[in-house]
Amino acid sequence: MDWEVKIETKLKDGILDPQGKAVKTGLKSLGYDNVESVYVGKYLEIVLEDINKKNKAAKMVEEMCNKLLANPVIEDYSYKLKKMEG
Amino acid sequence: MKAGVVTFPGSNCDRDVFHVLQNIFEFDTDMIWHKDKKIKNYDLIVLPGGFSYGDYLRSGAIARFAKVMEPVIEFAENGGLVLGICNGFQILLESNLLPGAMKVNDNLKFVCRNTKLTVINNNTPFTNQYKNSESIEMPVAHGEGNYYIDKKGLMELKNNKQIILKYKNKKENPNGSIKNIAGICNKERNIFGLMPHPERCSEPQISPGKVDGYNIFSSIISYINKRGDKVAK
Repeated sequence: MDWEVKIETKLKDGILDPQGKAVKTGLKSLGYDNVESVYVGKYLEIVLEDINKKNKAAKMVEEMCNKLLANPVIEDYSYKLKKMEG
Repeated sequence: MKAGVVTFPGSNCDRDVFHVLQNIFEFDTDMIWHKDKKIKNYDLIVLPGGFSYGDYLRSGAIARFAKVMEPVIEFAENGGLVLGICNGFQILLESNLLPGAMKVNDNLKFVCRNTKLTVINNNTPFTNQYKNSESIEMPVAHGEGNYYIDKKGLMELKNNKQIILKYKNKKENPNGSIKNIAGICNKERNIFGLMPHPERCSEPQISPGKVDGYNIFSSIISYINKRGDKVAK
């Protein structure tokens, strides 16, 4: 079975995000006064081949995130795992 | 004395630091390739500045898994001296050889200029030729030097006197790093990472007037000499 993985990483809550701050300033200057906070994160798409069980694929994704894709010192990650059709 | 400089794909200060080690400080210096699985016995290993793996994902994140990092980490954990300059510092953080992490500079700019620094702790193999509280000047050139560590980690750094170099004040701080931190070491004092480039200000021909990086390397030599019988051959 093949799996489509969509991963998002972002700085942990409470850690000041310079990019988010700049984007917030931009949105405010466009008149969007309701913008309270902006965080800029990263988005990754991964295709995993030949894994028979969902929990096995999930375990692998978490391992990848902890080892490389996110830096656990400053970043959180979340992911969605979907079986690929055909 | 033997030194090794690691070249990753995208390193661009490896030749500079090689030149300084080999020709100014007369280390018997090797370039170490990132694919090497074994390394020789060295007195010092330098992870140089640059943009390893294009800084993709996060600075230093991919270099941390280069083949050569296995023996480098082993060398560091056995007490070998490791100096990480700029991208090298970022790699040391990603490797968990030093605590904390780098964020993008708070002004979102790549900053390339001289910065005024203060030596916070001269009781290390890397700073023993400076005076405590000495004001020095070194160039920086980076886009991700905004050092971050949580409160608990910061307390530990302070209590263990691991903060070695700071930017002189907030105005001099090019990146927004916490407590103006520019360089830290591990508890054992054998691993040192800093954002400024001492190799760019170690000889008068290249940086007229100020050669404040010189003493980083002369400190290392002084330390190795005092350690005596353990010099690598």
